[in-house]
Amino acid sequence: MSSVSEEVDLLVGRLGERPLQILVEIQKTFNHVPTEAVEGIARKLGLPVSRVLANIEFYSFLSLEKPGDYVLLMSDNITDWMAGSRSLYSRLCSNLEGIADATKTSCTGMCDQGPAMLVNGIAVTKLDENRIDSIADLVKRHVPLSSWPREYFHVESNIRKSGWLFESGRRKVLEGQALLQELKDSNLRGRGGAGFPTALKWASCREATGEKYVVCNADEGEPGTFKDRVLLTHCAENLLEGMALCANIVGAKRGFLYVRGEYRYLESHLAKMLRKKRSEDFTVELHWGAGAYICGEESALLESIEGKRGIPRVRPPFPVTHGLFGMPTVVDNVETFCAASGIAAGGGKDFRRFGTDESRGTKLLSVSGDCSKPGIYEYPFGVSIEQILADCGADEPIAVQVGGASGACLDASEFGRKIGFEDLPTSGSVMIFGKNRDMKEAALNFSKFFAHESCGFCTPCRVGTSIIEQILESGNGLAEMPDLAGILKASHCGLGQSASRAVMDMLKKFPGHWGLS
Amino acid sequence: MKNLLLDGKMLTYEEGQTIMDCALSNGIAIPGLCHLPGLSPSGNCRLCTVKTGGRYVSACTEPAIDGMEVECETMELSQVRMQLLRMLFVEGNHYCPSCEKSGSCRLQEAAYHEGMLDLHFRPFYPKREMDASHPEILLDRDRCIFCALCVRASREIDGKNVFDISGRGIETHLIVNSASGKLLDTDISVEDRAVHVCPVGAILVKGKGFEIPIGRRLYD
Repeated sequence: MSSVSEEVDLLVGRLGERPLQILVEIQKTFNHVPTEAVEGIARKLGLPVSRVLANIEFYSFLSLEKPGDYVLLMSDNITDWMAGSRSLYSRLCSNLEGIADATKTSCTGMCDQGPAMLVNGIAVTKLDENRIDSIADLVKRHVPLSSWPREYFHVESNIRKSGWLFESGRRKVLEGQALLQELKDSNLRGRGGAGFPTALKWASCREATGEKYVVCNADEGEPGTFKDRVLLTHCAENLLEGMALCANIVGAKRGFLYVRGEYRYLESHLAKMLRKKRSEDFTVELHWGAGAYICGEESALLESIEGKRGIPRVRPPFPVTHGLFGMPTVVDNVETFCAASGIAAGGGKDFRRFGTDESRGTKLLSVSGDCSKPGIYEYPFGVSIEQILADCGADEPIAVQVGGASGACLDASEFGRKIGFEDLPTSGSVMIFGKNRDMKEAALNFSKFFAHESCGFCTPCRVGTSIIEQILESGNGLAEMPDLAGILKASHCGLGQSASRAVMDMLKKFPGHWGLS
Repeated sequence: MKNLLLDGKMLTYEEGQTIMDCALSNGIAIPGLCHLPGLSPSGNCRLCTVKTGGRYVSACTEPAIDGMEVECETMELSQVRMQLLRMLFVEGNHYCPSCEKSGSCRLQEAAYHEGMLDLHFRPFYPKREMDASHPEILLDRDRCIFCALCVRASREIDGKNVFDISGRGIETHLIVNSASGKLLDTDISVEDRAVHVCPVGAILVKGKGFEIPIGRRLYD
C-alpha cells in the first residue's frame, strides 16, 4: 500500500477540484481519513483545513478514526427491522465484543433481500443467524474480504414485472430539437416524485448561458427504494444514452453520475459502461456519495459534487440556470433519463399509450416488506395499491407506506388509491405492513431515520427531528406531535417539511397501536 | 415602483430585494437571528418565517414579488417563532444569569419579545468544547446557535476562513480553521468583523465582560 501522502498526490492529480471524491477514495484505501490526508488535501487544493474536516464530519461513510480492518454497518430500515435485523445486530455485536465494532446505517437499498449490511462499503444481503456467525468468524480470523464466500455479496435484481421502460429499444431514432418536441408531446415528468416536466427543464437549460452540465441523481436514499440499483445494473447503457441525449440538447460537454455509496459494489460494472459509452462530445464522471440521504435533494447533491457538505441551497435560483459550479445544469434521476432514452428510441406516442392524463408512461415501484414476492414492479401510472398488493402476494396487510419515510402511510380503506402525480406521487418506494405489525415500530424507525439524516442547517429540522425521536422512543408527549409537525413545515427544504408526515399518518390511522383511541 | 403587502401594510421595494430587505428599508423589523445586512443571507434560524401564498418561507431569503401578500405578526407565526426559540434554547446550554452577553443577546431579546416564559421541551444538555486558547477571544460553544454569521463575516468581510460549520443534524458544531482545532492557531484577529457579529455569547472579546453594567445594556 502506498503512503498517505503519495495517495493524496495521486488522487489530487486524478480528481482535481473534487475534494469529497478524494476523501471517499482515501477512506476506501485506509478505512478512515488519516490526519495527514486532511492536511495534505487542504494544502494541495488550497482549502481551509476546517472545510475538509467539516466534510468528513458530515458524511456518514467518512471517519477520522481508524476502526480496525473491518467497517461493519447494519442496514437499519424498517424492512430490515421486520426481517429481524435488530436481534442479528445484537448477535453480531456480542460475537465481536472487544474485537470489532459494528454500527447501524440508514436503508442500504436491499429491502427486497434484507436484512442487509455493508462490510467495508460492500453490500452483504440475506443475513440470518448462520451468516452473521460466519461473518463474525471471518472477522475474528482476519480473512480478507476477497476470500469471503461470494454468495454473501450476491445481489438479486428481483424484476417481477417489466414493461415499457425495461423493454424499450436501445436504438435511438430521435435527438436534438426533434427529441425535445417529442419529450414535450409525451408529457414525460421527472420520476423523482416532484414531477417537473422534463422537456421544460431541458429547454430552460438549453436557453441559459454558460458552460452546461448534465447530472444524474442516482443517490436514491429514500427508505424502501431500490429501483436505481436495478436500473444501474440492467439499463446503465440506456441511462448514459439519456444523459448524452440531454447533453446534446442543452449543449453540455461534461456530466456526472452521482451514485449512492451503498451501491459501490457496482463500481466495476459502471466503469465498464462508462468506457463503452465514452464519446468525444460528452464525458460522464462517476461521483460516489458518502452516506447522506439529504444529497438526494438536487441542490444538496450539487453542493456535494462541488466537494462541500450536502446543505440544500436557497432556491431560486434553480439549477437549470445556476447549478453545478454556478452553471446551468440539468439534474434528473435515473428513471427519467432511461425514459427519455426510451422515448428517443420508440417515440412519444408509444410512451403515451401508458398511464393517465396527468401521469404518462410507466413507473418502477420498489416493493418490500410483508409480501411473498418483493422486488421491482413496472406498472403504467394509475395502478391501484390493491393491484400491487395482489401481484406481490401481500396477505391481509394493514398498512402500506408509499414514497418512503417521507411519504404517506395508507390504511386498508385507502388501498383503492392510485400511483400518479394526481393522487400518490412517489419515487417508487412501497413498503407493506402485515396484519401483526405494530405501527409504533415503523413510526419510531422513521423518526430515527430523520433525526440521523437531518443536515442540521435549519432550526426546525435539526432540533425538531430529535425531539420527535425522543417522543416516539419514550412514548411521552404524543400530544405535541401535531404542533411539531406544523413547526417542521417552516424547514428550509423538503426533508424537514416531510419528516413528520408518515408519523402523523400513523398516529391518526392507527391510534390503537399507541393505546390511544 | 413595486409593492408588497406585509400584515396589510403596503410597502415599496426595489427589484432584487428579499421580503426582509423590503421590511428593513421600510423601517419594519421582522424577527431574525441569522441575518445581518451586508452579509449574504442564509435562512438557517427560520425565526423570520413568514407566510405567503399559504406556505412558510424565510423572509431573509425569499425574493419580494410585486403584489405578494405576506403575514408576519399573526398568532400562528408568533407560535412558530416561540417554538423555534425554545428549540434553540434546549439544544444548547444557555444559562442567561451567568452569561456575560445577557442584556445584549439577540436570542434572549427575541425570546422576551415573543413572551417566552418556559423551555417547554426537555433540555438536551449537550457536551460541547470551550475554546479559551486565544488571549483576546473566547469561543464558548455551549451558546452557539449555528447561525453562521461568524463564518460568513470571516469569509465575506475579513477575507479569511476562520470559522466553519461541521457535523450533521443535532451533532452540528462550530469549528475553526487550524490543524490543532484551536482558535489560537488560526489567523483571527480581535478587530475582525467575525468576532463582533455573534448574536449570542458564543464569541466574546475577553476583558470586556462588564464594561457596560447589567441594566444598561441594549436590550435591558
